[in-house]
Amino acid sequence: MNELLKVTDLHASIGDKEILKGINLTVNRGEVHAIMGPNGSGKSTLSAVLAGNPTFTVTGGSATFHGIDLLDLAPEDRSHEGLFLSFQYPVEIPGVSMVNFMRAAVNAKRKYFNQPPMPATEFLKLMREKRAIVELDNKLASRSVNEGFSGGEKKRNEIFQMAVLEPCLSILDETDSGLDIDALRVVAEGVNKLKTPDNATIVITHYQRLLDYIKPDVVHILYKGRIVYTGGPELALELEEKGYDWIKNQVDKEAE
Amino acid sequence: MGALKQYIDLYMSQREAIDAGSADVMNTLRPVALKALEGRELPDRGVEGFEKTSIDEMFAPDYGMNIGRLALPCDVAAAFKCGVPNVSSLLAVVVNDRFVPTATLLKNVPAGVRVMSLADAARQYPDEVARHYGSAASLESAGTALNTLLAQDGIYIHVDRNIKVERPIQIVTLTSTPVPMLTTRRILIVAEEGASLSVLTCDHSMSRDTAALTSQVVEIIAGERSRIDLCDIEETHDTQSRYNQTYVIQHAESNVAIGGMTLQNGTTRNEYRVNIAGRGCECHLGGMAIGSGHQHIDNSSDVKHCAPHSTSHQLFKYVLDDESHGAFEGSIEVTPEAPFTEAYQSDRNILASRGARMHTKPQLLIYNDDVKCSHGATTGQLDDKALFYMQSRGIPRDEARMMLMQAFMAEVVDTVRVEAVRDRLRHLVERRLAGYEAHCSDCKA
Repeated sequence: MNELLKVTDLHASIGDKEILKGINLTVNRGEVHAIMGPNGSGKSTLSAVLAGNPTFTVTGGSATFHGIDLLDLAPEDRSHEGLFLSFQYPVEIPGVSMVNFMRAAVNAKRKYFNQPPMPATEFLKLMREKRAIVELDNKLASRSVNEGFSGGEKKRNEIFQMAVLEPCLSILDETDSGLDIDALRVVAEGVNKLKTPDNATIVITHYQRLLDYIKPDVVHILYKGRIVYTGGPELALELEEKGYDWIKNQVDKEAE
Repeated sequence: MGALKQYIDLYMSQREAIDAGSADVMNTLRPVALKALEGRELPDRGVEGFEKTSIDEMFAPDYGMNIGRLALPCDVAAAFKCGVPNVSSLLAVVVNDRFVPTATLLKNVPAGVRVMSLADAARQYPDEVARHYGSAASLESAGTALNTLLAQDGIYIHVDRNIKVERPIQIVTLTSTPVPMLTTRRILIVAEEGASLSVLTCDHSMSRDTAALTSQVVEIIAGERSRIDLCDIEETHDTQSRYNQTYVIQHAESNVAIGGMTLQNGTTRNEYRVNIAGRGCECHLGGMAIGSGHQHIDNSSDVKHCAPHSTSHQLFKYVLDDESHGAFEGSIEVTPEAPFTEAYQSDRNILASRGARMHTKPQLLIYNDDVKCSHGATTGQLDDKALFYMQSRGIPRDEARMMLMQAFMAEVVDTVRVEAVRDRLRHLVERRLAGYEAHCSDCKA
């Protein structure tokens, strides 16, 4: 089956405030989608809702992920089924070492698929291989998760985790924010290395910059909780040139 | 109110039997303790210093006492199945208050070191024991006075001048009784000048279906330049109550680290009273409480600096789940005689459920200008952001919670300076947070 994710009329709120107001989105295997939009349009909310963040309440619509009801799954099971969210702000977890964190993640997934825990030597080999993809320093492995990591290290660490978990759908939430140009290149190259005909990526970004490195097949513009415009890669360039105002004006005018 | 009376009555009617089952050095203090108890009551909840725990209530049931010193049935070998085995060949088991040395202990106790029954020590070395017994404990505490009135035996550990005991001494204390009973236990630890030792006490109960109360007074005398480590781990049952009072006297340049770890219990009150009497001392006080069900854990600390140039560190952490209750009241006291004191205290707590409760009261009493002191207390919840982050990586919520709790407690585990003990404790904490029962359930005789 080529269709990986199908989101239909998705509504979500935080408290009384509705943020997603009917999202429709289809992502096929092998595709890279970019979701762009002005601040506060609901981009990060969409990624959080798909990953199962309990802060948000889904009030309507559906999301089907390779044939299963995504919204019915606990966040950990969404991960096991192959969804990965690279956080805009990766969380620091003092006292939990990267090694223990990743071992717990890897073995939880294996348990989900009725496999025994990964033998220690195999696990260490896996860590070594995947670290190389994003040039992540070995020293970070013994440190607490994200604690004291620089902005660039945190984002590289996200892609490292993605490499280990081998998701079929990765959502990169503002992965470019807070990155200098070198770190951006390393992170983007990491993502490109992980690309296969069977998986897909959703890149959420405010700027065109990241899309110079990760080439999208489809670009969506999210505004006021809806996808208001979908086009090819040229749409991102057009936004870079003209800003978001023309879209805003057009949508706001239609609403009147 | 009035729980004390039944024990005084018991003493009055049984004083000869109590004396007969003990030693002169201990018997001598009984009349003094009795006088100290005149007109007193055991503290009730809400009395200053006892905001959340009623000692009176703890002692209210009409517990029996094993004054005749019957050897109660107890499978001592089962104690070896407990969660902290093999830390040391210097192992002793204490059944209620009766000291049971192991063959390896008798063979391995180094010269200049005594690890034995307190009553036996008081009979064999009366002058030595008399010098220390009751020297740190304060009869101003009704609980301590009652313990002194009734205690017949316990543990005596004495290390001669400049002797360094390499291996940790492990004492497994077991409560074992077929009927509801009060155990009065006394522990006396003395390090003479320049001596060093490490003690691990594991408090277990083998009578999970029988309500039992333990009154335990621990006296620690740290001679000049001595070094003492004590780690006390409680893994009992919800039927057990424990009133543990630890008194420490530190002489000049002594270095003492005490850890009180409550992993499983019913109702527990631990008091730590440290008197820094000499200059240049170092004191570390660590406390951990892991509560679930209806566990009640109350720690009270008081580190009193009476001499200059000493440092003290206090760290207490609680993780409370279900309907468990925690209380902490801690103080640092710096007297005018203690300039250049550095004293720190921190209490941090996590409430893992809506039903859990924490009461904390950190205090500073400073009567000297030339000091560095700080204290702080926080009570919060597990970090939701961290939990979601871990779940999004596939770690199930319960496992993520456990990992965060373990990480939170790691800081207290790290206050234990003896590596073998620290490793065992870390293992026990992991097991406990993973939801395993205390091991003593396996060794129900």
